[in-house]
Amino acid sequence: MAQNTTTAPKRSYQTVESGPRAPEAFLHPVSRKNYGQWKYHERPRPGVLKHVAHSGDVLYTVRAGTHRQVTVDIVRHLCDLADQYADGHLRWTIRNNVEFMTPNWNNVEPLIRALEESGHPVGGTGNSVGAIAHTQGWLHCDIPATDASGVVKSMMDELYDEYVNERMPNRVRLSTSCCEINCGGQADLAVVVQHTRPPRINHAILSDVCEMPSTVARCPVAAIRPTTVNGKPSLMVVEEKCIFCGACFGACPAMEINHPEYSKMAIWVGGKNSNARSKPANMKLVCHGLPNNPPRWPEVTQVVRNILDAYKRGGRDWERLGEWIDRIGWKRFFKETGLPFDTYMIDNYRHARTSLNMSAHIRF
Amino acid sequence: MSEKNDSNLNPTPNLDALEEGPWPSFVTGFKDWIRKTGNTMARGALDQLNYSYETKMGYWKGGVVGVHGYGAGVISRYSMIPEKFPEAAEFHTMRVQPAPGLHYSTKALREVLDVWEKHGSGLLSMHGQTGNLQLQGIAQGNVQQCFDELNALGWDLGGAGATVRTGASCVGPARCESACYDTLGVHHQVLSYFTDLVHRPQLPYKAKFKFSGCPNDCSNSIQRSDYAVIGTWRDDIQVDKEAMERFIQKKGVDYLVNNVITRCPTNALSLRGNEMVINNADCVRCMHCINVMPEALSPGKERGITLLVGGKGHLKVGNMLGSVMVPFMKMESQEDIDGLIDLVDRMIDWWSENGLDHERIGECIERVGMQQFLDAVGLEANVDMVAHPRDNPFFKASYDHDPLAGIGNAA
Repeated sequence: MAQNTTTAPKRSYQTVESGPRAPEAFLHPVSRKNYGQWKYHERPRPGVLKHVAHSGDVLYTVRAGTHRQVTVDIVRHLCDLADQYADGHLRWTIRNNVEFMTPNWNNVEPLIRALEESGHPVGGTGNSVGAIAHTQGWLHCDIPATDASGVVKSMMDELYDEYVNERMPNRVRLSTSCCEINCGGQADLAVVVQHTRPPRINHAILSDVCEMPSTVARCPVAAIRPTTVNGKPSLMVVEEKCIFCGACFGACPAMEINHPEYSKMAIWVGGKNSNARSKPANMKLVCHGLPNNPPRWPEVTQVVRNILDAYKRGGRDWERLGEWIDRIGWKRFFKETGLPFDTYMIDNYRHARTSLNMSAHIRF
Repeated sequence: MSEKNDSNLNPTPNLDALEEGPWPSFVTGFKDWIRKTGNTMARGALDQLNYSYETKMGYWKGGVVGVHGYGAGVISRYSMIPEKFPEAAEFHTMRVQPAPGLHYSTKALREVLDVWEKHGSGLLSMHGQTGNLQLQGIAQGNVQQCFDELNALGWDLGGAGATVRTGASCVGPARCESACYDTLGVHHQVLSYFTDLVHRPQLPYKAKFKFSGCPNDCSNSIQRSDYAVIGTWRDDIQVDKEAMERFIQKKGVDYLVNNVITRCPTNALSLRGNEMVINNADCVRCMHCINVMPEALSPGKERGITLLVGGKGHLKVGNMLGSVMVPFMKMESQEDIDGLIDLVDRMIDWWSENGLDHERIGECIERVGMQQFLDAVGLEANVDMVAHPRDNPFFKASYDHDPLAGIGNAA
């Protein structure tokens, strides 16, 4: 094989394409012993689960919030706790919580104290507001209009009491995303960047850094066309067509969609991943044009709080946020939350008609 | 703050407000790390973040950084303003595939941390939204050595770009009574099979797998993955009568009616005397009653998976939920698992042939046509694939199709 012919030292290590780690060795011994043989579970207190196996074995889980963006030392500290209280095993949930398992009830309270002393809130179980699924933002991403970690920290400071208690009608899953790709995903309530202007085009660099045909092809509404600027080939955007999605920016960094003022924050509600009761659902836009206001994003946090307070007041047991709205209707949702419904909340994109009210069902 | 030695830190006035409040502060975490180690790359990244908070703009751009023989797994990040933040000139991420279910032994995790402290910034994210252990902040010159050491310990890189991506699964049979198949084991086998497609971009766009043990779908597979593998059962819900009586005794009949029976989406539950009766023929396996009464009710014994295909996020056509391709498949023997892999392999092949650049399989099926897709991968049409039959008359049936074959075979 003709590889690197420069003077780089010959590589002796042979890569093993091993794929994902095999899980067996990483499971807690009680988990391994009772694999697939669990009978039921209870929640002795917020943040603690008790699983009982058909064998009679019991396994307690303590769940705690983390910063997600962590350091070697923070994770080492969690490992220390796992060695001390959880037989040298730990796991993470997909919402960045850390979980410790132990068959020994006497370990649970000391572990909770140790976690809380090091700043990790214990909670996120049952009918709580769970930790927020989120992505990178300004810390590491190449296309973000905001910072996910800061928005999340600000929101969870506000929602802390709902994380460590189980007082909501049903579980609440939150996410944040720093662009309209929405890497944070669908959620009961999501904060997603909303661009409000077409991309500014950096003609000076475009033809040097972008493959123009694939940038044109990336646009979902055919708004990008080839053009010539100052004698150099470049691209233009038909502003009437552009839907400010930012897809072109991922293909071509010269399509500068991010803007310190015009990239705003929007709030979406009613997404549901579970099949319990109603089918899984996409979330819906209920507020847009909020300022992208670091370091604490108070306007965003306030709207999130208002929505969750209204749901907490009005939701019945087991109703997810979207199911609460299904029952009371969107009209009352906007009334209860004090949010204005506007013309841009009427869909005009693909399959828009399916979201119209094709009935005489109206709440007065 | 006063007792801490800040000589390794630059001022970060725009971030300091994020050190207040009860939720764990990543800013404090980063600062503590920089205070202790003086890691310059971590400091550079924090300083550039502080600047982003001032200007409300991001300053990372991509490039090409990789390891020998792979085309994916390292996310390159170069500062766009290295003259301002030379310590953050390079800040690449290595995506490491964890074990399914994100289970770790402290021994194995500490090994990763030691390698990362030696070669990288010491910053990491647990975990990325796709399910990677993300080691954030390494210079190109250290990437290969860091990977070799991790790989020798048994770790491999995950996907990025137009690859099969790292998978995600729920906690599964390791701890959950509702797991209807071995999410961790099937995840491990499927992703191991597709390892070449994880490491070398050769697809139209990303392809994601998520594995949930039951329809509660704790890995968000229907919303977030091209291939959603969800546990289910096809016989009757199992009832522990004594536990059911204890539940009703404790919670009362009102609770049973208002929170279990009337919440069943298909009215499969009813009250007879003081007992709850289940009509399993009407049950759609939504999990609600089992969630409310985990001790009294559990999924049936004849278990397997439902496969949904085509889920994806917002960009560019709007969010798409996966839809049913296979309503039930057993997932116990090696043959069962091989059957799933073989079927998905055919789907990926079809998509590779037909997909446009940056088109996920769900978009591709919608553009090319479900009939064409089913024919190509060898799946029979099944009524479980639809919410309801089509409501418009505009289709072109094949001339040799006999629409009346099988008519009158009512049960």
